[in-house]
Amino acid sequence: MNRTDPLVLGIESSCDETGVGLVAGTRLLANTVSSSMQEHVRFGGVIPEIASRAHLDAFVPTLRQALDDAGVTLEDIDAIAVTAGPGLSGALMVGVSAAKALAVATGKPLFAINHLVAHVGVGMLGDTFPHGLPPRLGALLVSGGHTEILRVGSIATDVELLGSTIDDAAGEAYDKTARILGLGYPGGPAIDRLAKEGNPTAIRYPRGLTQPKYMGSAEQPGPHRYDWSFSGLKTAVARSIEHFEAAGQPAPVADIAASFQEAVVDVITAKAVLACTENGITHLLLGGGVAANARLRELAAERCAAAGIDLTVPSPSLCTDNGAMVAALGAQIIRAGGAPSGIGFATDSSLPVTRIVLGTAD
Amino acid sequence: MLILALDTSAAASAALLDDGVVAQRFSSTDTRAHAEVLAPAVQSLLAAAGLAGRDLDAVVAGVGPGPFTGLRAGLVAARTLAFVWDVPLHGVMSLDAIAYDARADGPEGSEFVVATDARRSEVYWARYARRGNDLPSLLDGPHVGTAANVPDLPVYGRGAGLYPEMLAAARGFEAANPDAASIGLVARQALVQGLPLRDTTPLYLRESDAKVPGPRKRATL
Ligand SMILES: [Zn+2]
Repeated sequence: MNRTDPLVLGIESSCDETGVGLVAGTRLLANTVSSSMQEHVRFGGVIPEIASRAHLDAFVPTLRQALDDAGVTLEDIDAIAVTAGPGLSGALMVGVSAAKALAVATGKPLFAINHLVAHVGVGMLGDTFPHGLPPRLGALLVSGGHTEILRVGSIATDVELLGSTIDDAAGEAYDKTARILGLGYPGGPAIDRLAKEGNPTAIRYPRGLTQPKYMGSAEQPGPHRYDWSFSGLKTAVARSIEHFEAAGQPAPVADIAASFQEAVVDVITAKAVLACTENGITHLLLGGGVAANARLRELAAERCAAAGIDLTVPSPSLCTDNGAMVAALGAQIIRAGGAPSGIGFATDSSLPVTRIVLGTAD
Repeated sequence: MLILALDTSAAASAALLDDGVVAQRFSSTDTRAHAEVLAPAVQSLLAAAGLAGRDLDAVVAGVGPGPFTGLRAGLVAARTLAFVWDVPLHGVMSLDAIAYDARADGPEGSEFVVATDARRSEVYWARYARRGNDLPSLLDGPHVGTAANVPDLPVYGRGAGLYPEMLAAARGFEAANPDAASIGLVARQALVQGLPLRDTTPLYLRESDAKVPGPRKRATL
């Protein structure tokens, strides 16, 4: 196997995107994604069974397209990487079963890897970090499926979870709030758009887990110093609408959207920057689908600059779930001398970030 | 004719058939670990037979009905193997495998039912008629429903074993699940006789359970 610039095929199926990507070392060759997002619109959120059904039908066509896009054959590749978790169990199962069959059919080694760390893996691609991943790196991942702040010592061997949501993901809060406001799905872009016309200080929505009993101090951290909670927000938004209804007034939807968004991005960026400064992190990578949110990028840039942290946001197609990020992390694991996972491993819907690649015993 | 057959509609099984003879077979009784056991099974069947995937004449998969997650593990594997090896891919309705196994258990023309476990106190079932050594004719189904709705005929398969008070379980078949070897034999007979086979579209028979959200509920009372 070429361990310097391995040609890796990456497979992603942890949520509603079926992704197949091809990477040669740090060079992106193909990033093909088939999304079932449109099928979830009428439900206002991702329905796991519908996503799983879509993965089954999308897998081979997506694989074929990715190989065409990259202009390579399966004989050319050095290894296969697949998301083993975390994610939706039934959805993960489709990508993993496909990846194992691909490994058997081609005889190529298979690496079962961590989806969250793969979001950091895109930092290796193209000119995101022209000189490679910087030292003292952190990653803030915000999507419909997860919200985490990570410390990345070494992408292949040392990643630590500093904080995460304890209930809904930030993107999920956007979807639920958009539904309450009648804005449709997905909620993120709709709220981001409408928020531009509203007053973000019109209504003060709660910033979850910011009370002193949760925060503690730098010396004596509370139980949720770097954690988030977004499940209370949808109730707060529903209450404020009812408050206007009770008064016989139309709800100021733009103000509500702007105030909701401000609550989300304020608490996300405040806690992320706090986690960075208290953990010696000087470079922050922003990833996940919500990284496309204009207000989140703006406030993250502002607060990182003020704290002396360099902020990097990869291109949108690399921020949302995709196979290239899985391939990119696979290539780094191979470079670092990592062993393949074999074909007997199980998916793990709550795989911790400390398990970057599964071993043969898993 | 070399066939690799897979079925994950109930337990996971795999078989390698050489001109109608089952050369290698694997089966697991675990109904929830398909994604773990299937690929290693395929690998070891081929190795034991000293064959490469490209030597095959067809890959055949049981398309259900069966619990969704396990069913998909087998179908995505079959589709991927056939794509990489560039060999023809076919589907067989999984209950046909048990019907094939039951074809000689009664006189020509006699009718019977195949039923498997659909969980949630229901069975997947289909009604067949025997045709001697030919493949049994599918008369009705597949359906999903309670045992009470199954026709009053001898019933083959684990579905009968689960509801013995309601179904006339055929002896020796009370625990039978669809098996890949029989899936392969059904496919072979159809191919030899020039009969059409299915594609690998899964037979879910149930909707996804997703509900379109209703109007906003009040947060305060
Ligand atoms: Zn993700």
